[in-house]
Amino acid sequence: MKLYEVKEILDAEVLSGEDKLDQEVFGACGADLMSDVLAWKGDKGVLLTGLTNPQVVRTAEVVGDVKCIVFVRGKRPSTETMELAKEAGIVLMRCKYPMFVACGLLFSRGLVPDEYGEISRIL
Amino acid sequence: MNMEKLAASYRLEYDVKAKDYVRGGEVSSALRAVLKQLSLPPELVRRCCVACYEAEMNVIIHSLGGRLQIDIYPDRLVMVAEDSGPGIEDLDKAMEEGYSTAPEEAREMGFGAGMGLPNIKANTDRLVITTNPEGTRLIMEVLFVGKDS
Ligand SMILES: Nc1ncnc2c1ncn2[C@@H]1O[C@H](COP(=O)(O)OP(=O)(O)OP(=O)(O)O)[C@@H](O)[C@H]1O
Ligand SMILES: [Mg+2]
Repeated sequence: MKLYEVKEILDAEVLSGEDKLDQEVFGACGADLMSDVLAWKGDKGVLLTGLTNPQVVRTAEVVGDVKCIVFVRGKRPSTETMELAKEAGIVLMRCKYPMFVACGLLFSRGLVPDEYGEISRIL
Repeated sequence: MNMEKLAASYRLEYDVKAKDYVRGGEVSSALRAVLKQLSLPPELVRRCCVACYEAEMNVIIHSLGGRLQIDIYPDRLVMVAEDSGPGIEDLDKAMEEGYSTAPEEAREMGFGAGMGLPNIKANTDRLVITTNPEGTRLIMEVLFVGKDS
């Protein structure tokens, strides 16, 4: 799935990285706990979170090639968070949907990590 | 892997201050930049950085302050995270997934899942922890060859 599709599906507002929406993502992680994010193999994925502090970007950087962070429930990140994301080349978006709905929308539209291909066939 | 760039070992050293949440993750970011230059496989870089980040945050959140020393050798990464107390009260419990004594301020930032030490264990090839009221030391080793190549 391309990042511009993520934006459309979530009806999201792009906060930074408008020029990077042509990238493809292959999976996602929805988490508000840093260690849960760190247990994810972030490669070329989207991180959905309700946290807005700079640590979110740091965590995303550490975990691998995270392309985009989506803040759920309309939350707005601090300027520091925005700065860090720009440096790291990570696209930032925010959407109005709560976490569960945002994740569900992306999953049901086909953003399914490889290891969960089996589950997606039920949909 | 680009061995020429690694004639000898390469050392990174950082002081880590207690409660310095804002700078949390700087060590692992720096490590990531160095490892990327060595063109290590991304999965190895990820494992090294995750372990480093969890150890770094533990020093910030749970200790009175300490330091991280990272040595990069041609075939492995050795990281030592050392702090000056108060030590881990019950190491067996601390190694369990979900056990955490993280304060509210850390939880608000998304830490305190009690997954840090288990994550470190899962991402390293060797982990040695020594702890007492004077301080805690983690020695973490990730091999560049072997099980992942
Ligand atoms: N350097 C340290 N000094 C003192 N206590 C520590 C140290 N590192 C860990 N601990 C203790 O071990 C517990 C478990 O650590 P662990 O990293 O697994 O979880 P956490 O830091 O509480 O949460 P998370 O890492 O998921 O954000 C901590 O809550 C703390 O009580
Ligand atoms: Mg921890």
